[in-house]
Amino acid sequence: MTVILGQTFTGISIGAVLLLIALGLSLTFGQMNVINMAHGEFIMAGAYTTYVLQKSISGAGISLLVALPVAFLVSGALGALLEWLLIRRLYLRPLDTLLVTWGVSLMLQQLARDIFGAPNVQTRAPDWLTGNITVIGGDDPLTFANSRLFILALAIAAVVALSLTLRLTPLGRRIRAVVQNRDLAEVSGISTSRVDRTAFFIGSGLAGVAGVALTLVGPIGPTMGTNIIIDAFLVIVVGGIGQLKGSVIVAFVLGALQSVLEYSTTVSVAKVLVLVAIVAFLQWRPQGLYTLRTRSLV
Amino acid sequence: MSTVSLVLRRRLIAGGAALAAVVALSACGAKTDAAGSSDEAAKADVSGDTVKVGLLNSLSGTMAISEVTVRDSLKLAIDEINASGGVLGKKVQPISEDGASDWPTFAEKAQKLIREDRVAATFGCWTSASRKAVKPVFEKNKSLLFYPVQYEGLEESPYIFYTGATTNQQIVPALDYLKSKGLKKIYLVGSDYVFPRTANKEISAYAKANGMTILGEDYAPLGSTEFSTIANKVKASKADAVFNTLNGDSNVAFFKEYKSAGLTAKSMPVVSVSIAEEEVKSIGAQYLAGQLTAWNYYQTTPGAANTEFVKAYKAKYGQDKPTSDPMEAAYTSVYLWKAMVEKAKSFDPEKVKAASDGITFDAPEGKVTVDGASQHIYKTARIGEIGTDGLIKEVWNSGKPIKPDPYLKGYSWASGLS
Repeated sequence: MTVILGQTFTGISIGAVLLLIALGLSLTFGQMNVINMAHGEFIMAGAYTTYVLQKSISGAGISLLVALPVAFLVSGALGALLEWLLIRRLYLRPLDTLLVTWGVSLMLQQLARDIFGAPNVQTRAPDWLTGNITVIGGDDPLTFANSRLFILALAIAAVVALSLTLRLTPLGRRIRAVVQNRDLAEVSGISTSRVDRTAFFIGSGLAGVAGVALTLVGPIGPTMGTNIIIDAFLVIVVGGIGQLKGSVIVAFVLGALQSVLEYSTTVSVAKVLVLVAIVAFLQWRPQGLYTLRTRSLV
Repeated sequence: MSTVSLVLRRRLIAGGAALAAVVALSACGAKTDAAGSSDEAAKADVSGDTVKVGLLNSLSGTMAISEVTVRDSLKLAIDEINASGGVLGKKVQPISEDGASDWPTFAEKAQKLIREDRVAATFGCWTSASRKAVKPVFEKNKSLLFYPVQYEGLEESPYIFYTGATTNQQIVPALDYLKSKGLKKIYLVGSDYVFPRTANKEISAYAKANGMTILGEDYAPLGSTEFSTIANKVKASKADAVFNTLNGDSNVAFFKEYKSAGLTAKSMPVVSVSIAEEEVKSIGAQYLAGQLTAWNYYQTTPGAANTEFVKAYKAKYGQDKPTSDPMEAAYTSVYLWKAMVEKAKSFDPEKVKAASDGITFDAPEGKVTVDGASQHIYKTARIGEIGTDGLIKEVWNSGKPIKPDPYLKGYSWASGLS
């Protein structure tokens, strides 16, 4: 029984990581149709921000909490800069954004190598995140890792914040207007270029937050974004492009699927089976889990 | 929803799929013919007053955590040798190449070192996958590789000298130790490539012959950082001990997850064969205290040669830098090569090989002797326990150097392997 519960928690925690890395993309790719291949590098920027802050602030716990807003700003600024330099010229050529941002991603990887060196680095998790809480005691205890609970809480907080922003704020309304009908939004007096940049800032900033979370899971390195980006796009494409709800559901479904298959087979086989399941699903529903209905975006 | 945007979305998805295919293809691109097309041996360039040697280590990627220290240690040995007059009166010039934790890259760089830089010998590689990738390159070019890391055995390449432990100098003693402690139910966790899979075959054969049971066997892709499922499986198995053949910084994620799952060195000790002092430092001693390792050398190994080595290494790279087994074996390999060359009075690989048998060196781990027949070396096996200070304390050793037996010919249970 504890095994089943333990694995359920594992699935949820894998899902939380997937959700965090895909959330920013759901805005930049989902809402704005920009295929940003450098999204993984914005995650890396957030992870390295955590590393730098930990070097400069002595307390691991404080530096991690400080890293969340700082990483959001650092990655967000990178995103806004990328948007202003390159992407704004490519809004009508979505497939070209893929090539351009791929080039940017390679440049950012090399930049990270030049600044931080090629070997991976580690951060120290604060003490209150290295332990675990015992859910069921006894001689076969069920424990949840604090770091995973923290990531789960972070993922939920990020989804709620993004969802509320899009739904309730003037900025969110403007973003939705631009997504639905750029020309009409423009003639209604909305500065579409500013909205684009802001949306890109938020989406990239969320990638930075994901980077902070990933430092609790594994090492930080110049190429960490390459492995992440595939998973992030999978979540978005399967969830249905432009649908936050779809991404949330799919992230947790994929997490659960991965954990169940890993337990019954092996890690590598599980990965293959998950991919096969995704391909099969997209044959059946090429538009993803949720189809975009123009009036409800979130 | 308008048809235009639907078409666009379809194109986006198709584009994404096409891109994924391109990335996948480029990853396994045209890197296959690293061994070159010419059959003649590459001649090392020893005409000047310097002799070049290759240092081939992963300086980036998942293995950099381990291999950078080996590169540093090789450079230390070369500096010392140069300071004392070089080899055959020539200064040794190291050419360092990054294998990037990627096996085809290792093969390419090996080819470059041999054919373009014309090195007299190459030192390096850590994972068996990288060694297997460069093996045909060294054999084809008839150039020497000195391989400094413990491995799964079942190999004797005529152009490789193995200065790390083979199975009977590390894994078998570790199993003997577990058996002597009454730990009989073992769970196997490793990275998904040749060394862990082969080592685990050997461990399973040993277990069968020695009344032990293997409760489970799990592999994670090299570089993987998601170990919660494996930790849950290990925990549910109620094993006595875990035998860990993970490589690189996957170990960081694994031990963090192990602790999170509530497993401890007391309740279920882990024996690791690929983490040493440097990795302990990166993972954090608080995750590892009390866990076991199997090696042939620790920073704490007594002896004058080791005191000197540790002092020299810290002086060059910093007081906070520990020394470890693969670093020591790499350091030793340079001195062994020097001794072979001086005995052969030539840098020619064939003559060096012919001179290798019986060469000894007072290594930091103790006196080592080259076994010319197998091109491995006699090594003392040492089981250690990781301390809270990040250093490893020896809890058992084999008493004397063990003769290398790469094909496990001396063990009846191993007859079905290889």
